[in-house]
Amino acid sequence: MTIVESNLNPQHASYDCVLPAGESWLHEVKCGQVFRILDLEGNQAVDTLFYNARDPEERYSAVDTIREQGNLYLTAGTKLLSSEGNVLMTIVADTCGRHDTLGGACAAESNSVRYAIDKKYMHSCRDSFLHALGHCDCGMDKRDLTANVNFFMNVPVTPQGELTFADGISAPGKYVEMRAEMDVFVLISNCPQLNNPCNAYNPTPVQLLIWDAVAQ
Amino acid sequence: MTEPLSPTNLLWEETLPGGAHWSFVMKRGTALRLTDVEGGANLSSLFYYQEEKLERYNMPDTLKAQHTAHLTTGFVLYSDMGRVLASVIGDSVGWHDTISGMSNAALVEKKYGKADYQQARNAMHRNARDSMLIELGKWGLGKRDIVPNVNLFSKVSADETGALHYAAQHSKAGDYVELRFEMNVLVVLSATQHPLDPNLEYVPKPLLLQAWRCGTPDEQDLCRNFRPENVRGFYNTELLFR
Repeated sequence: MTIVESNLNPQHASYDCVLPAGESWLHEVKCGQVFRILDLEGNQAVDTLFYNARDPEERYSAVDTIREQGNLYLTAGTKLLSSEGNVLMTIVADTCGRHDTLGGACAAESNSVRYAIDKKYMHSCRDSFLHALGHCDCGMDKRDLTANVNFFMNVPVTPQGELTFADGISAPGKYVEMRAEMDVFVLISNCPQLNNPCNAYNPTPVQLLIWDAVAQ
Repeated sequence: MTEPLSPTNLLWEETLPGGAHWSFVMKRGTALRLTDVEGGANLSSLFYYQEEKLERYNMPDTLKAQHTAHLTTGFVLYSDMGRVLASVIGDSVGWHDTISGMSNAALVEKKYGKADYQQARNAMHRNARDSMLIELGKWGLGKRDIVPNVNLFSKVSADETGALHYAAQHSKAGDYVELRFEMNVLVVLSATQHPLDPNLEYVPKPLLLQAWRCGTPDEQDLCRNFRPENVRGFYNTELLFR
């Protein structure tokens, strides 16, 4: 795993907010801006989707990203590809080393399958995504939800084709940073999952920072 | 009890030519055997609940619920609503790819060169994404409905570092996979080469499709009992049909 640190100063960021666990966030990151997600307390999973802000029908494609880079995991150097084969974001710094894009977002319905029928009443990422889209007045809805990135999440696949959920490899203060290659809507659910080790059974807040292109 | 395919319960059969695309509705209680006629086939596939097409095959939910990154006998295809769209009830191939997506126009032209209708008539080079868009358009669906797909008959594994490995000549002539449909499912297919197939010759392979009325699974069903998650997935599904 390659660790690449950033030399950007948080004091120079043009946007800075703390997103509590269980909350959603929808924000535009302009072409050339740099966006950082900081894992404040460690082991948090940050479920994230990306859209072309001018045409949200063009959106992040997990399988195209995996195939074109020839690797399952995301890290510094990864180009996050759109459904049209364009680059939405390039990961430019990463102190965690590896991020998942196969595990998707927890949902009431999938929780009922994975854990127990009555777990469907627990708060889930897909409910957070739908909450954000329901309020955004941007014309997006459930149809726009597809396989997302899980920043800081560790979902190893074995050579035999088994998929496992492992304890996180993140820690307090680790971050991932990406440069927008077009104007991009970023949709985040800061995961509320309490049933598996993806966020150590204790969902925690993350910090979101944006630097303007000129400030770099 | 699920009935195996036999001459008496065959509903229809059809050959899907290499390069072709097709969509159709498979009813709950029917099954489809897909056979690789010549060997080396790939079939990019998408699945939607016919009554509510916003409910569709969900790759992450399918993988997570069954702790797998590939499909073979016993595994089921989950929708995003915690229900089972289809079950893999038979498979001589052993591994079907779920993680590497489908070919698109740029990829096909780069790999195989340009061969449009003006040059090649119906032997033109088709790609899976455009094929899917054509078929989806027939049902009022479009780009927003294209999600990570299943590549039947293809194997892509990953090593410990996550690097992908495409298995060449994975499917042999006569190899088959059988899907039993647990809901009324819109099936969308593109018989085009896998996007990681290193063969630089455009030679998409034909598939034989055979449908039969198999009935619905009983309590002892292999796919239902394959994992405890699937017991709950079938429960969620069967609530729709009580």
